[in-house]
Amino acid sequence: MKTSEIQALLDEPACSHNHKEKSGCARPKPGAAAGGCSFDGAQIALLPIADVAHIVHGPIACAGSSWDNRGTRSSGPALYRLGLTTDLSETDVVMGRGEKRLFHAIKQAIDSYAPAAVFVYNTCVTALIGDDVEAVCQAAAARWGVPVVPVDAAGFYGTKNLGNRLAGEAMVKHVIGTREPPPAMPRVDGRPTRDINLIGEYNIAGEFWHVAPLFDELGYRILATLSGDARFAEVQTMHRAEATMVVCAKALLNVARKLQEGYGIPWFEGSFYGVADMSAALRGFAALLGDPDLAARTELVVAREEAIADAALEPWRRRLAGKRVLLYTGGVKSWSIVSALQDLGMTVVATGTKKSTEEDKARIRELMGEDAKMIDDGSPQALLSTYRDYGADILIAGGRNLYTALKARIPFLDINQEREFGYAGYRGMVELARQLALSIESPVWAAVKRPAPWAKGRGPGALLTA
Amino acid sequence: MTEILHSRKALAVNPLKVSQSVGAALAFLGINRSLPLMHGSQGCTAFGKVFFVRHFREPIPLQTTAMDQVATIMGADANVVEALATLCAKHRPDLIGLLTTGLAETQGSDIRRALREFRAAHPEHAGVAVVPVNTPDYLGCFESGYALAVAALVDTLVPEGRRAGRRPKQVNVLASSMLTPGDIEAIKEWVESFGLYPVVLPDLGDALDGHLVDAEFSSLTIGGTKRAEIAAMGESAATLVVGASLAAAADLLRERSGVPDYRFAGLMGQDACDAFTQALAEISGRPVPQRIERQRAQLQDAMVDCHFMLGFARIALAADPDLLAQFAAFLAGMGAELVAAVSPAKGPALEALPLGQVTVGDLGDLEQLAGAGAAQLLIANSHAQGSAERLGVPLLRAGFPLYDLVGGYARTWVGYRGTRQALFDLANLLLGQHHDLEPYRSAYRRHTRPHELPAGAAPAAGVVH
Repeated sequence: MKTSEIQALLDEPACSHNHKEKSGCARPKPGAAAGGCSFDGAQIALLPIADVAHIVHGPIACAGSSWDNRGTRSSGPALYRLGLTTDLSETDVVMGRGEKRLFHAIKQAIDSYAPAAVFVYNTCVTALIGDDVEAVCQAAAARWGVPVVPVDAAGFYGTKNLGNRLAGEAMVKHVIGTREPPPAMPRVDGRPTRDINLIGEYNIAGEFWHVAPLFDELGYRILATLSGDARFAEVQTMHRAEATMVVCAKALLNVARKLQEGYGIPWFEGSFYGVADMSAALRGFAALLGDPDLAARTELVVAREEAIADAALEPWRRRLAGKRVLLYTGGVKSWSIVSALQDLGMTVVATGTKKSTEEDKARIRELMGEDAKMIDDGSPQALLSTYRDYGADILIAGGRNLYTALKARIPFLDINQEREFGYAGYRGMVELARQLALSIESPVWAAVKRPAPWAKGRGPGALLTA
Repeated sequence: MTEILHSRKALAVNPLKVSQSVGAALAFLGINRSLPLMHGSQGCTAFGKVFFVRHFREPIPLQTTAMDQVATIMGADANVVEALATLCAKHRPDLIGLLTTGLAETQGSDIRRALREFRAAHPEHAGVAVVPVNTPDYLGCFESGYALAVAALVDTLVPEGRRAGRRPKQVNVLASSMLTPGDIEAIKEWVESFGLYPVVLPDLGDALDGHLVDAEFSSLTIGGTKRAEIAAMGESAATLVVGASLAAAADLLRERSGVPDYRFAGLMGQDACDAFTQALAEISGRPVPQRIERQRAQLQDAMVDCHFMLGFARIALAADPDLLAQFAAFLAGMGAELVAAVSPAKGPALEALPLGQVTVGDLGDLEQLAGAGAAQLLIANSHAQGSAERLGVPLLRAGFPLYDLVGGYARTWVGYRGTRQALFDLANLLLGQHHDLEPYRSAYRRHTRPHELPAGAAPAAGVVH
């Protein structure tokens, strides 16, 4: 990929970060860098498309330690969970056999798994030796009659975020608009079906299944999700939706914007976390479509679901009320989770805002008050000292900080993509409350802080003799 | 001589292979107050980190030189110098393991020259040992990367000398990547029971055994072989080498120091354990402790108990070469039948397996071979769970990574006790697979026991109703 093309991608007019300097090309600092690469980001964005053969073109490192390690779930095909890679050898690299090998690899994937499509992910080494992945994909698609989509997001192009965007770009360029959706099944109640898209929803731990029944009930057909529990044929039809929701994902705004520019599909940003945001998401679609009947029915569903959630959350609220949370999500989802935690009567003492925009921050101030502590430094030391200074009862963060918390003997809740539990929707809130209480109330914290009886002067034994 | 077959597929399906870089990083994680630094794109490090965090359930120190597109084209040696200087100033480690990735190697990076530049530019950090090692991912596998790092540690930190035996109670243990922290602990206790003091290189048993410490956070490893101990390895009475992959590192150590060595392909099964115990008795000049005699007798008892389940059991096995060889020898000793043996790359251990063929391939090959051989049980890493489900057989998890098993890293396989537990576990998994014979219902008895007929039973052949 050319630098100019990457620059063009970093300019995202729909993004509220956009007025800032284009920091995508800022050099990560050697010896002090953390976080994944563009390849990682591209895989996060596209791997959930379940009936696609996802081939990683490169030597073993890119696929070997990362395949099948994501929390996304499929309701049908499991092809996305296979680890497929060209696993290039030294001879392949030196003799330039990569392209040929890739061509045969695509054939093998098609012959063995009859995939709906093949996605080929470029990596650093193949980008460096100049394998023409796009040409190979074209030739393979022509020869075998199956769509073969190049995803040119080699790791060294930049951050995970850029990789998300490159992946979205590949969908816009090669996939979306290549098929017409079938007519929707008529509804029993005779009402019309409205076609919508979700972008940036990954069905982590199957959490979208908490939400999906409500869309069915209201008469929304989700044409495609980019990309949780999606199928290739669905992604092809995204251009026919009447509205798009971007779910907590600034990185894929380019897809929503291009669907608007190219096909006039309106979109809004929202989230499925927390009772308030879940209701706002349902209302958001009704408002965007301007359908009064739909809006009225949405209010009925919201009222019913909120009452059910309220009743289910009541016992948890009593246990969690007043507990103090340190939230570090890197920023994007902060306000969404803050409102979910406040629903539970908890106090968020500080939140990470490293990747938040000014609007995000304004929203956080609105929710948490003017004194809201915002943390930009996500280093383990900074998190631990904030935790102590603000008297927090639990740290909520991504899996990368899990063992930071546990080694410091403090309760923890994982909210990123590797997690095992679904928190989305009204039902997900109960699971969230349960997991929070499980860690906060655990007897292990007192036990692991208790000195051994023979450790003189500090332990319970010392108290007895005093 | 085992025939080594190569999978001829263009596409690897469900890779068994993990990169050399990640393997080398593990070796450096077994050194005290150390920090592995990967020369490559920052994703190489991020993936490696997640891989280890999920396996060990521990925070893992691992850094990157963060090569981007520009640095890759224009030369990334400056990244190496800058990263080393930053790490030394910020974290003051005892040791930095500087290892390369496929990206750095394809670009043609010269880490040794970069290291010289670093030394010239930053004399203030002369106290930090830096161990360079080339580990491109288009060659070898996890095990070979680890072995290269162990050789590099010996090369950089063990001085040339002829002082072998100066510390008569000290023995070196070169530990292969197949050994878990639990294995290392068992080996240390084994050695210590003879009144000897083991210096294990690298000592994952001390670094990644999973223990809570008072300090809430460390950016470096919180245990492992100390630098001073490595420097004194040349004064040991003997070296015990566990795992054929470490042959080159062992040769180098012996050449450097003149310390005699004893080499073992593995430490599972009675014969392997006996050889190790015998070596310890020779080195220490002490009789074998009563407790070890008892453990040996316990193993023998378990062997006779379990031979009913393990005899003729058809087992499919996939692992890096050393672990493959260790299991193969142990299983052969129990009368089991290895219907498939798959290794991600070639390695010295593959040449002397007690079986006719081994396939260099992936978990896709394992699944295919296991299906064709009607395997009753798989032994492989956590990734093989899908294959096991499709084949309808149980999986004994071993190797790297183990992410769906709490405490897999702490599991002890080696020694008399470790072997005995492995026998019990294998036998129990096979017992769970036992299928009773289908009952035969005589056509004559169908008239006298009509209520016992299963629904939809067909008339028996030869009897007209």
